[in-house]
Amino acid sequence: MNRIVVVGYGPTAHRLVETLTDKGFGGTVTVIGEEPRPAYDRVHLTSYLSGTSAEDLTYEVPAGIVTRLNTRVTGIDRETRQVTLADGGAEPYDVLVLATGSAPFVPPVPGAEHAFVYRTIEDLDAIRTAAKDAAEGVVVGGGLLGLEAADALRALGLKTHIVEMSPWLMPRQVDEGGGSVLKSHIEGLGLAVHAGAGVQEIVHDGEQVTGLRKPDGAVLDAQVVVFSAGIRPRDELARAAGLEVGPRGGIVVDAGMRTSDPAIYAVGECALAGGMVYGLVAPCNTMAEVAADRIMGGSATFDGADLSTKLKLLGVEVAQFGAMEGALDVTYMDPVGGVYKKLFISDDARTLLGGICVGDASPYTQLRPFVGKELPASPSDLLFSGAGANLDLPDEAQVCSCNNVCAGDVRTAIADKGVTDVPGLKSCTRAGTTCGSCVPLLKQLLEKSGVEVSKALCEHFTYSRAELFDIVRVRGITTFSELITRHGTGRGCDICKPAVASILASLHNGHVLEGERATLQDTNDKFLANMQKNGTYSVVPRIPGGEITPDKLIVIGEVARDFGLYTKITGGQRIDLFGATVDQLPEIWRRLVDAGFESGHAYGKALRTVKSCVGSTWCRYGVQDSVGMAIALELRYRGLRSPHKLKSAVSGCARECAEARSKDFGIIATEQGWNLYVGGNGGFKPRHADLLATDLSSEELIRTIDRFLMFYIRTADRLQRTAAWLESLDGGLDYLREVIMEDSLGICADLDAQMEHHIATYADEWAATLDDPEKLSRFVSFVNAPGTPDPSIVFASERGQIKPVMAR
Amino acid sequence: MSWTPICPVGALRPESGVCALVDGVQVAVFLTYDGDLYALSNLDPYTGAYVLSRGIVGTRQGEPTVASPLHKQVYSLVTGRCFDDEELSVPVYPVRVGDGGYVEVSLERGIADGGHLKTGLAHASGAAALTASAGG
Ligand SMILES: Cc1cc2nc3c(=O)[nH]c(=O)nc-3n(C[C@H](O)[C@H](O)[C@H](O)COP(=O)(O)OP(=O)(O)OC[C@H]3O[C@@H](n4cnc5c(N)ncnc54)[C@H](O)[C@@H]3O)c2cc1C
Ligand code: SF4
Repeated sequence: MNRIVVVGYGPTAHRLVETLTDKGFGGTVTVIGEEPRPAYDRVHLTSYLSGTSAEDLTYEVPAGIVTRLNTRVTGIDRETRQVTLADGGAEPYDVLVLATGSAPFVPPVPGAEHAFVYRTIEDLDAIRTAAKDAAEGVVVGGGLLGLEAADALRALGLKTHIVEMSPWLMPRQVDEGGGSVLKSHIEGLGLAVHAGAGVQEIVHDGEQVTGLRKPDGAVLDAQVVVFSAGIRPRDELARAAGLEVGPRGGIVVDAGMRTSDPAIYAVGECALAGGMVYGLVAPCNTMAEVAADRIMGGSATFDGADLSTKLKLLGVEVAQFGAMEGALDVTYMDPVGGVYKKLFISDDARTLLGGICVGDASPYTQLRPFVGKELPASPSDLLFSGAGANLDLPDEAQVCSCNNVCAGDVRTAIADKGVTDVPGLKSCTRAGTTCGSCVPLLKQLLEKSGVEVSKALCEHFTYSRAELFDIVRVRGITTFSELITRHGTGRGCDICKPAVASILASLHNGHVLEGERATLQDTNDKFLANMQKNGTYSVVPRIPGGEITPDKLIVIGEVARDFGLYTKITGGQRIDLFGATVDQLPEIWRRLVDAGFESGHAYGKALRTVKSCVGSTWCRYGVQDSVGMAIALELRYRGLRSPHKLKSAVSGCARECAEARSKDFGIIATEQGWNLYVGGNGGFKPRHADLLATDLSSEELIRTIDRFLMFYIRTADRLQRTAAWLESLDGGLDYLREVIMEDSLGICADLDAQMEHHIATYADEWAATLDDPEKLSRFVSFVNAPGTPDPSIVFASERGQIKPVMAR
Repeated sequence: MSWTPICPVGALRPESGVCALVDGVQVAVFLTYDGDLYALSNLDPYTGAYVLSRGIVGTRQGEPTVASPLHKQVYSLVTGRCFDDEELSVPVYPVRVGDGGYVEVSLERGIADGGHLKTGLAHASGAAALTASAGG
């Protein structure tokens, strides 16, 4: 029992080996997959066309798992317990798991061999290449995947047709009424929908596809045809090995995912469980977990799965949950607003059986947990007045169907583990980590559980940072004293003072050491330098984009030498000089400012650097001038105070040498312009930035970043990096796009004006400080003995430079 | 008690601190919003760095405080006790406004190791002196 071999390395196989690893399986696990890479996120495959790389989609192989990629399994020898491989090799097993997934169904029509399918990264590469010289495309199949493929063709610039056999689109998820609302949405986007139509043949000239002929003889002109007309389980290995398969395909398994051979399991889309083949990730993951449990001696069972779905296709929300029929139904239809909602109810009108939504999926989130239970309110209230928003969920109600988490699990996490926010619930229960549609429910459960998620900044203010920001902005408050007298208590502390200082700086952009403001500043801002462990400071002049002339480099070297400073290159492509005392700071900066340097704000919760790769000017791969863009951005946002530090980078091509995706806002050049990623960070909890927009022109890029930054500054919590802010943003990336790209809140003009104000009023803090004797007078070690060196500061030498020595 | 003048009272800014070197001892002197003066050792007991005079001055439940600029422990300006860690405290020193409007500190402490001599008188005179100097 210590050699497990897994055939196929798709998402289900991944979940299986991940679960085995988590459970501490002691034997060897070998995964054999025919694709050239480990499992990847097929659900988000389409994002590959908009810039997400194959690496980003690919899951990490759990430690200790042996993989054989690019290797097809050709047979199973159940006698000798080994599988044979296309390369002639063999792999012995004690337990075999088939996770071979499914293949797109291609109807046997003439010319079908010239069409594409939509399942793997290689399929998408081929479609993208073909689309380069094409003007029109057809997708055969108007289901979930077909619409996704159609959206992809449209995004590749093709005039796109959808051909669907059934009388309406998405027949598995919606009824006729929903289908017609969906159709008008999709036609509104410029796609042509041909429902109730089949395919006669793919017309081609021997090499190039020219169109698709419908049974009525009409030909749709198209150079790219994609089949997305359903999937077929890949049961060929099982079939050849004599395992039981279903009459319409699928490897027959019992509730423990075991096939007719006790040494062989089957999981995922290739399995026929309880007479059903499941084509969604959630049930496939459950199957993988059940099989892992069984292999390790457990007794878990797979008892079927909820096939509810909620998705946003071509900008339209579509959802279906529970049954698609019932004794009674109640329909809400608004053809003008493009909304269709229907609930199915038992004959006594008390039990909710299911529902369908098009254009507004809120009933899905609110009502899905009530399927099979008593209706929480009258159907018309639920559909019309949004009464669903405030319902009490029973403990056994499933909140997250992707990861099978019930309301009770969430409540336990809140009550027993002291979880107080959505990110905490995500990491504790896994709820909300896959598709995210249950996040509103998680919030609701948190609120209802009475967790006082105190938003008070500290004992002096009962407001959150975002609320204080609005108070300061709307009431035109300009000083801390005014704010705390009118809206707080006491005299503030090290939490609220820097937060308010940052708000005042973001909104008014005066000098941070002006008058009372000097007393609000955190350690580093107070002396415009970074305090180190022995009370000395480090100095970082701005080097925009990391580009520097030899002359300026020499000045930095001379200053470092003359003041005896420890010198180090930073990760942000600049130079840090350590070991300066308070009295030395103005002298050092006098020399740097005279040589044309400015403050680098390394000390501030502000824009730090915009890193860049060398870009198209020098690099043979570069497609845009990344250095020029990085410098422009760094100069535009320099000095911008924000809830936390801001980092950025610009890469000149998809090779991403500047590591832009680990930044708060990262930019990667494309042939057509720039892709903008937001919400990344390195550090303690690394996060890759999410793709916000693609192929922006330089102007569009800058405008989008302006708004992103200002919206973040307005609404984030104190010390909340963009990554955490984005994760906690209701509605996530889609919402962010709506606000800053579609102006759904009508605040874009305001955000733009605020950024203009920042840029117009920027002045170098250090130059201004050197010009002001009042500010300079703070830079003394001892008020009664100016010029006396601080006797507590002692250095030793290491590798030819100074290092601090602490008294103890 | 022997007093050492360190600077004119006008050299202090409300809600911030300065550091003075008194017989080789670093003393942090703070002026609060209400015009009270306090003096503490400048040594941050948590890190061993001489930095407290550069911390943020504020209040905790009405009691005047300073936060260490390095790891942000908050100390009472009145008692020198740390609010966040019972183990930590810093010595407090008497401070007053003496003749000629000079801030004066004394290294003599009421209690040798506890370090919390209440300098109530000094605050009162400090406040009075400030009001007077602001008026004049
Ligand atoms: C574009 C797209 C969008 C989708 N969107 C959603 C969605 O929004 N929600 C949702 O729930 N589901 C969605 N799905 C479905 C989801 O991706 C599948 O349910 C999931 O991929 C099933 O995983 P699997 O591992 O069982 O099968 P697969 O992903 O098919 O993986 C099987 C793997 O086995 C390999 N293999 C097969 N036979 C052999 C052999 N003989 N030797 C070696 N290797 C072999 C295959 O090459 C493949 O890599 C989507 C699918 C696609 C294509
Ligand atoms: S990201 Fe591209 S352009 Fe920039 S250095 Fe790397 S390969 Fe060259």
